[in-house]
Amino acid sequence: MSDDPSATKDAFTASGTGREALFFARRNRKLVGGGVVVLVFLLVALTGPWFTTDDPLAYVGPPGAGPSGEFWFGTTTFGQDVLAQFVHGLRATFFVGTVAALIAGVLGMVVGFTAGYRGGLVDEVLTMITNVVLVLPVLAVLMIIAAYLEVRNIEVQALIIGLFSWPWVARAVRAQTLSLRAREFVDLARLSGAPVRRIVFREIAPNMASYLFMVFILLFGGSVLFAATLDFIGLGPTDGVSLGLMLNHAKQWSAMDLGMWWWFVPPGLGITSVVGALYIMNVGLDEVFNPKLRET
Amino acid sequence: MLHVDDLRVHYRTLRGDVRALDGVSFSVADREIMGLVGESGSGKTTLGKSLIRLDGRMRHVGGTVTLDGTELPIGDDGRMNAFRFNDVSIVPQYAMSAMNPTRRIGTMIRELVTSRGIRFDTVRSELDRRLDLVGLDREVLDRYPIELSGGMKQRMVMVISTLLNPKLLVADEVTSALDVSTQRAVALALAGFRDRDLVHAMIVITHDVSLVYQIADTILVMYAGKLAEKAPTDVIVERPLHPYTRALIAALPEVGVQYAGKRLTGIPGGPPSLRPPPPGCRFRDRCPVAFDRCAEQPPFVEVEPGHSVACWRAS
Amino acid sequence: MLRLDGVSKTYKVGALARKDLHAVRDVSFELRPGEVVSLIGESGSGKSTIGRMILRLTRATSGTITFDGTDIATLRRGSLKEYYRAAQGVFQDPFSTFNPVFKADRVLTMIRQVYFPGTGDVEWRGRVDDALSAVSLNPDQVLDKYPHQLSGGQLQRLLIARALLLDIRLLVADEVISMLDASTRIDVLNLLADLKERGLAVLFITHDLSLGNYLADRTVILRRGSVVECGATSAVFGDPVHPYTRTLLASVPRLGIRWSDEDLDPGPCRYHAVHPGGGPPLAEVGDDHLVACFAGNDERECV
Repeated sequence: MSDDPSATKDAFTASGTGREALFFARRNRKLVGGGVVVLVFLLVALTGPWFTTDDPLAYVGPPGAGPSGEFWFGTTTFGQDVLAQFVHGLRATFFVGTVAALIAGVLGMVVGFTAGYRGGLVDEVLTMITNVVLVLPVLAVLMIIAAYLEVRNIEVQALIIGLFSWPWVARAVRAQTLSLRAREFVDLARLSGAPVRRIVFREIAPNMASYLFMVFILLFGGSVLFAATLDFIGLGPTDGVSLGLMLNHAKQWSAMDLGMWWWFVPPGLGITSVVGALYIMNVGLDEVFNPKLRET
Repeated sequence: MLHVDDLRVHYRTLRGDVRALDGVSFSVADREIMGLVGESGSGKTTLGKSLIRLDGRMRHVGGTVTLDGTELPIGDDGRMNAFRFNDVSIVPQYAMSAMNPTRRIGTMIRELVTSRGIRFDTVRSELDRRLDLVGLDREVLDRYPIELSGGMKQRMVMVISTLLNPKLLVADEVTSALDVSTQRAVALALAGFRDRDLVHAMIVITHDVSLVYQIADTILVMYAGKLAEKAPTDVIVERPLHPYTRALIAALPEVGVQYAGKRLTGIPGGPPSLRPPPPGCRFRDRCPVAFDRCAEQPPFVEVEPGHSVACWRAS
Repeated sequence: MLRLDGVSKTYKVGALARKDLHAVRDVSFELRPGEVVSLIGESGSGKSTIGRMILRLTRATSGTITFDGTDIATLRRGSLKEYYRAAQGVFQDPFSTFNPVFKADRVLTMIRQVYFPGTGDVEWRGRVDDALSAVSLNPDQVLDKYPHQLSGGQLQRLLIARALLLDIRLLVADEVISMLDASTRIDVLNLLADLKERGLAVLFITHDLSLGNYLADRTVILRRGSVVECGATSAVFGDPVHPYTRTLLASVPRLGIRWSDEDLDPGPCRYHAVHPGGGPPLAEVGDDHLVACFAGNDERECV
């Protein structure tokens, strides 16, 4: 009964929530800037391998040469093309990030929605499992798993990261579901004879769309970083190439001491830029979806 | 004595300014409880807030507020600070959220008072007396806000807001979230502050005419950012002049009235958009007695002592 | 048509669910076709819980709720769907009853998807127009709009229109007008009165005595989950017997009557005057007028 003026309520009389978000998204410099950076890297990762050698590990040039017209990013101690490694590594990085984020996102959402909507015993059991996984010392467990697996490729790495990153998603989704479930529109959907699945995905989930979108971005960034960490400490894929592995090799062959900056700067900068840009996008998204943070 | 003269407060939005208060002038005498009545969007809450703190989107466009001869710097948040709590105080609608849940109530009051440069000991005995006045145990000071019921919290906030005997107290929908039986106790406690001369003047904002009828001396009716009518309580209820006031009172179901015996009617339509408002009388579209002249905004004029109205039919 | 028999709802609260919270205790009443029953209570009286139990949004802990002789606790998928074809609800907060992400008329589309999948566009549009005109809404003003673009009164009417699309015989109206402005609230009340004339049974849940009184044939007063007094509205409001009912009535702000500290002495316990040694939860003190013992729920003794 408070008379807050209808001011903001109908600020967008003719447009919907989606279009309203798009309107602010396009005007948000953080979101657009971060998006451009990520897109450029994605484009390089997707198209780059066509323009470089198929096998980034092949010995193609003079050993330890600096950037030149022939090898833009120089070569490694063994004469491998750093640019070829970089673009292939970037592709692997995007792959790991996407797959791991998808696995963790879907798993977290399923667990979160189920626990939050069903409640009762189901909730208690799921919450317990979530908390157990949450407190596992992930790095230690991953080290053990990674050490026991004979063949490790980036698919396995993505799977493992995904399987360990879902708990906080589940917790957050559960909390949001709990509060949305108490809203009266959920009651109304039940009174309309809608089945549970439809209520969760058609009534509750759309209210969290912006949030889920942000979750995905955060998971992506987190997975990329995590993969790089694993690669760097030597638990990465046994075959293939990734930005983290490049850093690992550069360190292993003392690129730093030899002054071969072209070996470790591109992968380091690549990871930092992609993850940094994602986080800036996330801040931007926050502003787009949360009217209170919008700069008008 | 409070004088408000041609007060204009706008809300800034992407689509232009909402004229939430569009030239509002009235006075509240000492020892007067003024009921401020209106529907959603009438500007009553904006008016209440304007007297104490403008929120981020509100802009003071014009007009003055004078309290006991001193002009309140309502557009200047920093300078207004000196007046809040000391001279002007508010009991907000959701008093529950106005209290820090992690602090004991007594501790919170101590901090608040100290921050105003007053020693807690000097107000302690007065605090106890006020608690008695609103019917709260003195032990509540050792409790946390969450342990109090809605009515108790509301009374606690009333005690805190009036501790320094402000000249003006604004009570914004203080009883609308309460149960019927608690509502009565809280409303009477509010009137008790005036009866004991602890506050000079009081503005009670509500959507419920029958509630302010119980405690107010005068009632001011607002509609769409403008004043519609102001008169002593009995006059407003028994001889309203503005068609809006009449319709509002006619739409109230009373205990004992049944639809089969006396079918009440509402007011068709809704209030106009204030961005910007249409020219002329703002109630024109919903008014049963509107005529040509209503295309021109009627002035808010006194038609008899203490009774002002903004309607061409009345004046 | 609708009958509540000794319905109770107990929630487990506290650490490890060791404490019982009795939200509703042993409530029985009946609702006949074309009748409006007001369920009046303050916060915590269990009035909304009763409404939710009738709509099967919450299960009763004990007791039975029967609709046309069928215990609604036994309803399964298909039969529950049929129950909702006949019994619907409208809730307090119109803005929370609509999913803010979607257009408001989605509540109507949902009904079509579930109950009228075979209906053609033209025929459906005709039905929607009929339902909207029954609640005095202009289709052009409410269809294809987002909830925030409509007023609270329009939204509540839209919800009633939604219920009218089905063949409803029972409407549970839970505080439907408490968030509306005075000028529109009476129109929604009158609308409910019109529905009653069409033979609908309405359970009108409210905390506001004057609103409950305007509409109802019969009134049930609840306090802390139990019925303290019930019967014909004229009896309950005209001759309130229970001290709690009297206090409530005396606390309602009314125009023309100032609160005075009149003595509210209800006299000796009328329940025990009828049943000196105790008996059923409610004692008959007049024609269609029942009252509980004057003592509260906690102390079962009556002074």
